[in-house]
This record gives sequence, C-alpha cells and structure tokens, in this order.
Amino acid sequence: MFDKANNLSVRNFMKSLGKFIIFLGQLFVRRESFKTYVTRIVDESIKVGYNSVFIVVIVSAFMGAVTTVQTAYNLISPLIADPVIALVVRDMTLIELAPTITAIVYAGKVGSNIAGELGTMKITEQVDALEVMGINATSYLVLPKIIASILMFPVLVIMAGFVSIYGGYLTAQLTGVISGTDYILGIQMDFIPFQVTFALIKAVVFGFLVAAISSYKGYFTSGGALEVGQSSTNAVTSSCIAILAGDYLLAYLLAPLLTP
Amino acid sequence: MIEVRHISKSFADKQVLFDINVDFETGKTNMIIGASGTGKSVLLKCIVGLIKPDEGTVEFNGRSFANASKEVQTEIRREMGMLFQGGALFDSLNVEANVMFPLNVLTKQSYEEKLERVNFCLERVGLEDVNSKMPSEISGGMKKRVGIARAIVTKPNYLFCDEPNSGLDPQTSIKIDNLIKDITDEYGITTVVVSHDMNSVLEIGDKVNFMHEGRILWTGPSDDIGDSDVQELNDFVFAGRLMKMVKGV
Repeated sequence: MFDKANNLSVRNFMKSLGKFIIFLGQLFVRRESFKTYVTRIVDESIKVGYNSVFIVVIVSAFMGAVTTVQTAYNLISPLIADPVIALVVRDMTLIELAPTITAIVYAGKVGSNIAGELGTMKITEQVDALEVMGINATSYLVLPKIIASILMFPVLVIMAGFVSIYGGYLTAQLTGVISGTDYILGIQMDFIPFQVTFALIKAVVFGFLVAAISSYKGYFTSGGALEVGQSSTNAVTSSCIAILAGDYLLAYLLAPLLTP
Repeated sequence: MIEVRHISKSFADKQVLFDINVDFETGKTNMIIGASGTGKSVLLKCIVGLIKPDEGTVEFNGRSFANASKEVQTEIRREMGMLFQGGALFDSLNVEANVMFPLNVLTKQSYEEKLERVNFCLERVGLEDVNSKMPSEISGGMKKRVGIARAIVTKPNYLFCDEPNSGLDPQTSIKIDNLIKDITDEYGITTVVVSHDMNSVLEIGDKVNFMHEGRILWTGPSDDIGDSDVQELNDFVFAGRLMKMVKGV
C-alpha cells in the first residue's frame, strides 16, 4: 500500500518535472524581436527588483541586528575575542542569510506576484489572445521574468549583505554588545573573497528557481479566482522547497572552496 | 474560406466533437450556434489552434493549419483577429496600448503610423477619448468594442468572435452585432461567430451552423432557421417565449 502510494508520488513528480522542462524549452522557440524583449526585461526588472528593495532592506537590517545580538550572547567567554562576533555575523550573512533568507522573502513577494499575474492572464484568456496573435505567449511573458529575476536578485542579495552587516554594526553600537572598532575589525578578519562569489552563485540560482517555478505554476492555472490563489500559494511553497534543496546542493558542491 | 474537415476532439474519456465538417465562407458572417456545453467554443479553439484536435484538418484558403508546423501556424495566425468572451484586454495596458499591441509586436511601423491606425480603429468601433483609460475603468460593452478594435487593427483576413454579446444588455448587444456585420461586409473578411443568442443569429447571421452534442446538425441561411425539421434546432430556437410568439405557437 505504502509502496503504491510512493510510486504514485514519484510518478507525479516525474510527470511535473517533465512538463516543467518542456515549459522551459518553449521559452526559446518562436521568439519575438530583440527590442521587444529588452523593453519587457526593463519593465520586469523594475517589478521584481526595484519594487522589492523596501522589503529586502527591512528584512536584512533586522537579520543583521538579530544575528549580532544572538551571537554576542552566545559567545560570552574570556577566551573569545569580541571581533569574532562580527566575523560570525559576516560569515553567516554572506554565506547563508543574505542569499537564502532573502530568496525566501523574494519567493513570497515576487513568486506569488508572478503566479497570480500569469494565472489571472490565463483564466481571463489574455494568454490565448497572445497565442491567436501568433505570439509565443510562454516566451513573451515568461522569458523576460526569468531574465529579470536572474539579473536583479543578485543585486538584491548584495544589498541585503551590506544592509545586514550595517544593521549588525548599528545594533552593536546601540546595545553596546561589541564596540564599533571591534565590529569593523571582525568583519575584516580572515575574509575569504570566494564567500561573495558563493553568495552570488546562490543568488543567480535562486533568482532563476523562483521566477521559473512561479511562472510554471501560474501559467498552468485553470479555473477561476480560487485556483489563481492556489497557484500563488503553490508557487511560494514550491519555490521555498526548491531554494532549500538548491541551497543544500550548492553548499555540498561549493563549500570545500570556502576553506582559506 | 475556412474548411474544417473531420475534426474530432476528446478530453480524457469524454468526446466533445464528433467528425465535424463545415465551411466558413469569405465575406460572410458565419455563425456557430447551440446550447451551452455542445462544443461550440472547443470547435472555435480547434479552428484557431488554441486546442489541437485529435483528428481532422482545418484549411485557411487552402493552407492546412491544424497539423502545420509552428512557423506556418504563426504565419496564418497573424492573419487572424479574435474577440474573446470577456474581451481579454491586457490589464496592465491602457486602451490605446491594448489596441496598439499587435502592431508593436507584429509590424515595424513608426509610432505615428501605429497611433493613426489605432485611432482609426477606435473611431470605427465608436470609441473616442478613451485612449488613456485602463480596462478596469471601462464598461463591458466598451471592453468588447476595444477587443474588436484590437482584433481588426492588423487588417485580418479572418475574424473570430466567441460569444460577442454575452453579459451585455440587448441594445449594446445589437450595437456589437451590427459592428461585426459591418466590419465583415466592409473588409470582405471571413467572420466566424460563436453564439447562443437567437437575436444575434437573426440580426447578423449570413450562414448558420447549429451544433448539438458535438455534432453539426443543421447548416443554412438564418432566414430558413425557423422552417427546419430538425427537432433539436426547433427546441433551441423556440425555447424562449418571444420566439414562440413570433412563430405563433
């Protein structure tokens, strides 16, 4: 009984994966003019990037603040120098928090928006209208979203890294858990430049995953308003799972390169 | 001329279209009528290529469509204009941008040329001073008219209308119907209208195809529709009290 249910889930997963790969393949056939895509990519970049700055800044600032306070209280020992607290904040921010937590927030904001927008376009026949005009709706609607996401999410991650580390600095100053001088000393200590590259690799992968999965979920919406809501929820859930799985895979593959 | 030959379509175990054979003539308003759930919209979507039929062919002036390559389908589709049931206007674009959209994507005209064509089409459907309005700011009838303007902006050879007057009041319905008829006559295009509104059928239908349970049961001019001996058609036509009064039954 369990095996049967298990086989069914595996089969459904493989079916969805196949459909997702075919969907991605559709992005590159019957494309429109380059100029059309440039305009669409600029519009989408504003939507997914610029409009996400506020939430990313807020989340990152608190992320840095909380990490600094928590680390400081957990490392109270005469054997551990104060700058180590900043070092831990920096490493956590660059390697994990800035790309991954920002990606989860991004999935919630941008992913649900993409799925909702495409889902509504699908059920109100706007996608059909594009197809009847002889336009490859998948490529016209989805490709710019994916490219914009791949371009803009790394920018958001860089911003998140800066704001988070600066948020930690401000918290250190305000609460006095560590002096400003020690904090600055700590964030420079044993710095491995590959940490930034690693964060950016993650950002590109997560940017792609959120846009592609959310577009897929939205594009195959059928029914009415209820189904559009479900697609948005599924887009966020699936994107979060994909982000965490991708995070693990990238950590497994690239973490050995982080050793000094 | 659009020739539909042996079109069949099933969804899962349910067959919706059974060996449909029908011709849609150039310069005429060809109607597909029938009760809800008889497969009219599925047939229309098979014709325009939004649904792939299980069997059969569709030819546009002798060019095969249903089984053609994507490139050929795109070429033929660019000669089509379609009015959708709800208008299907792009929510994020204003009226002018909606009508200009096909020109932006499919032509290399200058902005001035496109604007001139857009204004001409909007004027043709009786809409002026609405260029900057968003779809959410205009009425259902206006949305349909913008939809028609968008459908004709590229000077199509084929115009498809899916339930053009659903959800509209009788007066606006007649306006939309007459607009479709006038455009068909003026440009000499092949128009296919899916409807279940008998008023539309009598108002604009040059040639009527009656569908019942996935089959075409009757084809003929709208003037002959009341004299048919097809029971299902009579049941459909004379379902309403008004039509019964006209018939005198």
